[in-house]
Amino acid sequence: MRKLMLGNEAIAEGIYESGCKIVSSYPGTPSTEITEYAAKYDEVYTEWAPNEKVAVEVAVGASIGGARAFSAMKHVGLNVAADPLFTSAYTGVNGGLVIAVADDPGMHSSQNEQDSRHYAIAAKIPMLEPADSGECLDMTKKAFELSEKFDTPVLLRLTTRISHSQSIVETGSKIEYVQKPYKKNAEKFVMVPANARSRHAFVEDRMERFAEFSETCEFNFIEDNKKPVGVICSGICYQYAKEALGDSVSYLKLGIINPLPIQLIHDFAAKCEQVYVIEELDPVIETWCRKIGVDVKGKECFTLLGEYSSSMIKEVLTGEKASYCDYDASVPVRPPVLCPGCPHRGMFYVFKKLGLMVNGDIGCYALGIAPPLASIDTTVCMGYSVSGIHGFDMATDKKVKSVAILGDSTFIHSGVTGLINIAYNKGTSTVVILDNSITGMTGHQQNPTTGLTLKGDPTVAVDVESLCRSVGINRVTVVDPYDLEKVEEVLKEETAIDEPSVIIARRPCILLKTAKILPPKVIDPDKCKGCKACLKAGCPCISFKDKKAAIDPTLCVGCELCEKLCKFDAIGGNRQ
Amino acid sequence: MTETVMIVGVGGQGTLLASRILGYVMMKKGLDVKISEVHGMSQRGGSVVTYVRYGDKVYSPIADLGTADMIISFERLEAARWLPYLKQGGKIVMNTQKIDPMPVITGVSEYPDDIEDNLRGKGICVTAVDALSLAEAAGTAKAVNTVLLGVCAKQSGFSRDMFYDAIENTVKPKFIEINKKAFDLGYDAG
Repeated sequence: MRKLMLGNEAIAEGIYESGCKIVSSYPGTPSTEITEYAAKYDEVYTEWAPNEKVAVEVAVGASIGGARAFSAMKHVGLNVAADPLFTSAYTGVNGGLVIAVADDPGMHSSQNEQDSRHYAIAAKIPMLEPADSGECLDMTKKAFELSEKFDTPVLLRLTTRISHSQSIVETGSKIEYVQKPYKKNAEKFVMVPANARSRHAFVEDRMERFAEFSETCEFNFIEDNKKPVGVICSGICYQYAKEALGDSVSYLKLGIINPLPIQLIHDFAAKCEQVYVIEELDPVIETWCRKIGVDVKGKECFTLLGEYSSSMIKEVLTGEKASYCDYDASVPVRPPVLCPGCPHRGMFYVFKKLGLMVNGDIGCYALGIAPPLASIDTTVCMGYSVSGIHGFDMATDKKVKSVAILGDSTFIHSGVTGLINIAYNKGTSTVVILDNSITGMTGHQQNPTTGLTLKGDPTVAVDVESLCRSVGINRVTVVDPYDLEKVEEVLKEETAIDEPSVIIARRPCILLKTAKILPPKVIDPDKCKGCKACLKAGCPCISFKDKKAAIDPTLCVGCELCEKLCKFDAIGGNRQ
Repeated sequence: MTETVMIVGVGGQGTLLASRILGYVMMKKGLDVKISEVHGMSQRGGSVVTYVRYGDKVYSPIADLGTADMIISFERLEAARWLPYLKQGGKIVMNTQKIDPMPVITGVSEYPDDIEDNLRGKGICVTAVDALSLAEAAGTAKAVNTVLLGVCAKQSGFSRDMFYDAIENTVKPKFIEINKKAFDLGYDAG
């Protein structure tokens, strides 16, 4: 069937058509929808794991059990999963094992711009890179076959523009995959030194054989337009280059990006007078070309930073600049903001009021960095807030009043280990868990605290209070983040005391169906003194016009935060 | 030839659905289609853009500066922001709704008040409609997206039926009628 599909959706289709049985992932933009779409197929078991390491280990276990297995994550998620990744390269597979990793050049929704291709090289795992949704489907299916043929996990590398672009896909039908029987094989699956030594030799041999395969695989191909200039590219850069240059150059389009071919690149270079490598982020293909003695131009012409575009490529290769019309005046920026009614907003308001040093984490609450709330001091990686605050508090001898903040999903992902560290090592830090009953930023995924599985079935929920107490935190308080007075009181008390503590700020994400949406608030212009106290909430509904505050009724959800900030009783009366 | 429609607005305004409906229409016309979407952090009230590109063969899913045939702007300021992507002779369909960005709310920046005139002053064909009121008239403020698609369809000379079919195939069943009504109101205003 001909269908418009997101890259991520096409990968899910490939998972289904390949007869893959088990998918375990942790959400992360831009990879999240792969697992969500896979969950729509009844034949595929899908789950959200607490983190990427667990997810990949589940997939490795499923593969050893003989099923085809899959895991998806964003680039930084692969850092978390790197431990099982590297050793699964040694064990190889029983049922096919495919791991998708989605990079985010330009950092649309990420904390760094790392290039996952280095992982494939370092872990000695083959990596495929699709250039549109059709290839997402084809390569996913092929990846399972190659995994079994070469006894290796296979990495599928995506970037935001591939994951989050739709293009037309011709779907096929599901194969009847015959699951492999499980047979005990300690030499292959028990990675103690004696076994791992022989498996390492296998890995090196496997990569040589895979390199031979990549010389002739249909995913690596030359488009010989009989032109003096040649372009080597893969993934989205192939599309940008084709858009910019059409048939005016020849192309070597690479679908297998680890291991890279040798002869094919030499053959291509021999047809051209000048070869350019066009690749976003790091010079991986370029470095390889130089290593095998092929003279290319790469990062001396193209940036290491951010996303590329067809106009950038055109300008470098032809000197032709895009012509366009600018707006005459400066246009105010529109950064993302916490939603109207977001339960995190009240917390940030109080953090700022109290002048606390805030160790932030990864999630919607990273938006607390923006003015006027502007109350986050650090954001590094998932779980950093809890581990980092312990180091910070010891370094500063608690002379700087600090808190760690992280969401429910992030706490389970890797915050709880930091909390164990605080309790065990006699720390005294204050950790605030912003429990909004969902994984928010990635678009509402269930997690172990919500009581629902990925497919929406009821399940046990982690009792966060008990968990915190059981690791040795005696002071655990639950507050409603809308109750500003209570929040302030508890924060003052817990940050002053010489004992570790956890504050759970609990209220569901305002975008959840279970959240209460009330009629919008109104401002009485006669009572409004124009003091701008309400603007300190950083709510996108409130603006300032003609020396008075005004609330946009189309955005307001009636959360009452601004009402609490108004000293003149000017805000209230829900508009019906 | 590849045609490009950019759909720009504020995260949460329903730009994604609009791009999927338009993409579906073009696919049914037998054309190659690519759509580039925005997910994740930017969706939270930030400036968002989706690109819908169609033609015999489409390579890049995103448009370049100076190449968009039409910009459908769900909010006034966003039309100004994305103007450099419009090609010479391109059209703008603009919702007159105004949503202040945070720097305007905090008083750091000012919201330009003459965007429509400024764009017209450059010789650009701008069709401005109060899509929010039309959507509310259709039954829900959320249908701003299909109102604007109606305007776009009229401006581009596309038939209503193609869009009805696309709405039936992309929108949840209980919202189909309301979206068709919103589309019609936009088409008639366009």
